[in-house]
Amino acid sequence: MEVEVVPVQGELNVGPQHPGSGHMRILVKLNGDIVEDCELDVGYVHRAVEKLGENRNYMHLIPLVERPAILDSIHMNMGYVMAVEKILNVDVPERALYLRSFAAEVNRIASHLYGLGILGIFIGHSTAFMWGFGDREVWLQILEALTGARVTNSYIIPGGVRRDLTPSIIEMTKKAIVYMRKKLKDWEKIFLKNPTIMDRLQNVGVMTREQAIEWGAVGPNLRASGVNFDIRKAEPYAAYSKLDFEIPVYKEGDGYARTLVRFEEMEQSMRILEQIIKDIPEGPILADRFLKQIPPIRMKKWVQGQGRIVLPGYYASFRPPRGEAAARVEASRGELFYYVVSDGSPKPYRLRMITPSYRAIYVFKNLCKGARYADIVAIYGSLDYFPPEADR
Amino acid sequence: MSQTTVQKPIDKIISELKAKGVIAKAESENRGSLEVTKDKITEIAKIMKEIGFDHVIAVTGIDFPEQQKIQVVYHVSSYSVEDLQKIIFAIKTYVDYKDPSLPSLTQIWGSAWTGERETYEMLGVRFEGHPQLSRLFLPEDFEGVYPLRKDFKIKLEGLFVDKPG
Repeated sequence: MEVEVVPVQGELNVGPQHPGSGHMRILVKLNGDIVEDCELDVGYVHRAVEKLGENRNYMHLIPLVERPAILDSIHMNMGYVMAVEKILNVDVPERALYLRSFAAEVNRIASHLYGLGILGIFIGHSTAFMWGFGDREVWLQILEALTGARVTNSYIIPGGVRRDLTPSIIEMTKKAIVYMRKKLKDWEKIFLKNPTIMDRLQNVGVMTREQAIEWGAVGPNLRASGVNFDIRKAEPYAAYSKLDFEIPVYKEGDGYARTLVRFEEMEQSMRILEQIIKDIPEGPILADRFLKQIPPIRMKKWVQGQGRIVLPGYYASFRPPRGEAAARVEASRGELFYYVVSDGSPKPYRLRMITPSYRAIYVFKNLCKGARYADIVAIYGSLDYFPPEADR
Repeated sequence: MSQTTVQKPIDKIISELKAKGVIAKAESENRGSLEVTKDKITEIAKIMKEIGFDHVIAVTGIDFPEQQKIQVVYHVSSYSVEDLQKIIFAIKTYVDYKDPSLPSLTQIWGSAWTGERETYEMLGVRFEGHPQLSRLFLPEDFEGVYPLRKDFKIKLEGLFVDKPG
């Protein structure tokens, strides 16, 4: 008996609240189960950060710019502050630079674990989801001890950082590294070497080197396509020029390679943390120019006593000179770019924020074309796309 | 001419551009910028791509209501040329309120796709030749014209909110 196969064409709405889409709608045009075209409807969490940025003082913007990617808030914070520092022309003391790298790497591990967990649940591996969120907690607690906040840390301020490292945090970090190294082996066994995961990710959403460059992919997605580009190496910021680490690069460009890059970056981050703990120099954690503004009583009680910066009120409304600055950092998901234009008032004239997931919109749209419908979630998860970060 | 000193990558680009009749300036070791009129922007983009700038990081629109102008800034950088990786170059151009249109650079740099679309919906700059110029971030029932123009005011609460009555 012959079975007649009738080609079925149609459109399908995925999301806006769907396990495979998050806060975004994907309008998929299907032919059978092959995706012919996909239209992304982003913007369900649009917070208008750029517009609000024109109505807030520079300091008041710090908690706002980290909001789009709460699980990567140190990087969001650092990129913005670096742009403001360029306009203000402030030099940051050495110890503060090391502390910035420290916080950023702890955050990178936490963010990658989140990404792996989400990828796990997308392709039906709920153990990865629970492990990812459980292991992330270890790193979040370090950040909590260091910055005083769990997710939106607002740790980095123009000229330095808000709090100093304590021996107990160093102890916590050492323990966390030992724990994570052990746990990464388990991760490898249960997740990376899992035949189901390999089947769902290998040769799925393949992006060649040329495509990655043309579409402007960033971060682990770019490096999984064979482009050796990391801002920590290309244009070192914080303490990265003094730290020794490697950039994992893969040629395959498929979902599995993207996962492997993120997985290996965690080990590199831990290497960086170990070096920072060993080499961190003594010294102030805020630029002299701002330290002088702190009244003597506060200086004695908070800064010298507890290693915390309690700023005077007028610090919040400083007026930078006219000018513009472009700063970028390597956030967990890739290149994060800030462009700040100042007209001499206490508020930015224009704040431009280009996040890694924003740049992944076009990549995702192109990767979906020609994929199978069931692979959309795998592509989505492997790109580590975070909707609030994309629409800001 | 003999050059004994090692040229910095940014200076090299600027002299390369100068040879092609484009005036650009270096702002620091890793940042450069140039200003063009809108009829020349495609030409400049092609030259920049030849030099090795292969992707657009950001497309930014800045509103200047006093001059009735919008500035559009393309930040470009490179992945494939190692010397250019650390450099970000800004290509700046102005459009008038009366005719806010620019040729789209998506044919040259595919990565300008998202940025141009956003600049269109937020500031009303039309990019001629963009394959899909429509709203991306704003809700479908959004009212008001272009949110990132300066005449679009948002309601702000004061530090102290008066209680009614």
